[in-house]
Amino acid sequence: MIVAGVDIGSLSGETVLMRDGEILSYSIVRTGADSAKTAEKATDEALDNASISFGDIEYTVATGYGRVIVPFADKNITEISCHARGANYLFPTVRTILDMGGQDCKAIKCNDVGKVTNFAMNDKCAAGTGRFCDVMAEVLDEPLEDIGRISLEAERDAMVSSACAVFAKSEVVSLLRKGTPKSEILSGVHEAIATRVFALLQRVGIEADFVITGGIAKNIGVVRKVAEKVGMNPLISDEPQIVGAIGAALFAEELCKKAKHKDRSKSQ
Amino acid sequence: MIVNYGYTDGSGDYYIVIDTDKCDGCGKCVDACPQNVLELAEDDYGDIVVRVRDEVKSKVGYVCLGFNPGCSKNEVNCRSVCEHDVISHTW
Repeated sequence: MIVAGVDIGSLSGETVLMRDGEILSYSIVRTGADSAKTAEKATDEALDNASISFGDIEYTVATGYGRVIVPFADKNITEISCHARGANYLFPTVRTILDMGGQDCKAIKCNDVGKVTNFAMNDKCAAGTGRFCDVMAEVLDEPLEDIGRISLEAERDAMVSSACAVFAKSEVVSLLRKGTPKSEILSGVHEAIATRVFALLQRVGIEADFVITGGIAKNIGVVRKVAEKVGMNPLISDEPQIVGAIGAALFAEELCKKAKHKDRSKSQ
Repeated sequence: MIVNYGYTDGSGDYYIVIDTDKCDGCGKCVDACPQNVLELAEDDYGDIVVRVRDEVKSKVGYVCLGFNPGCSKNEVNCRSVCEHDVISHTW
């Protein structure tokens, strides 16, 4: 049985294909203005990687911000449940998940089977989001991929008091004018992000093991700052961006089995 | 599942906390709310439970009157009608 999990986020779209609980292939594409096309593009890429065709997919679950507009999805499930399920698949011991996506940030607690027990989300402001890092990288004229590494070179943190993207940007501009090194500014920016997401984590309570998912998990600077505050080293998968899509594929498998079971009992 | 609807801003914590495991989906709180904050809907695990309406989520602190400063003075409110202590507020 082959199933698909499609996670359409605000900045990127991911598809994971799964056969009998094993990941066959995955893809990550940037979200365009059209969520439906993004979903198709991501799925086509994943199908190419696995060398199978669209007709082989028996069930599809869509998740993420754009989940309601994935045309070929059989069902849509919130990204909160999918992230918990996906994190549980990758790390069965995980109980606390911090998902830092492109446009929002979530703190999730789950149980031993990956069911959500407590969650809080910040989707009101850009603090702790990929977009925030994007803006800062742009102001400092450094590639997004490098800002984590650069920040580690800092000997001290520059003071960035605001976690608001608009205000932090103007603070960063004035720090640049003063000649503060980029590494120290970035370290300060990461500190501001970590402070904000730590407050969110405290709302749900932190329990071992702890995992960070979403694109920001690739930013070693933020990860270190969050680890310092939590007092625990986070687990991070090889590809933290696809955790939600993995969860969606797992839901798809479960729902597909249920649907088949129903069909069978009907025909008897 | 405990769901925290709301946010922290410069003036404080504004969260409506809903424990969906305790909720039986009776809907009395939906009717009791003077601000039309709540609704019943199916969650990801197939249970009908109460939740904060999407339109209200990012302005909870403005739409909901809050329990201590607001609705606790009303004879009927979302917390008084609930037999299972599903809903709580942080302000």
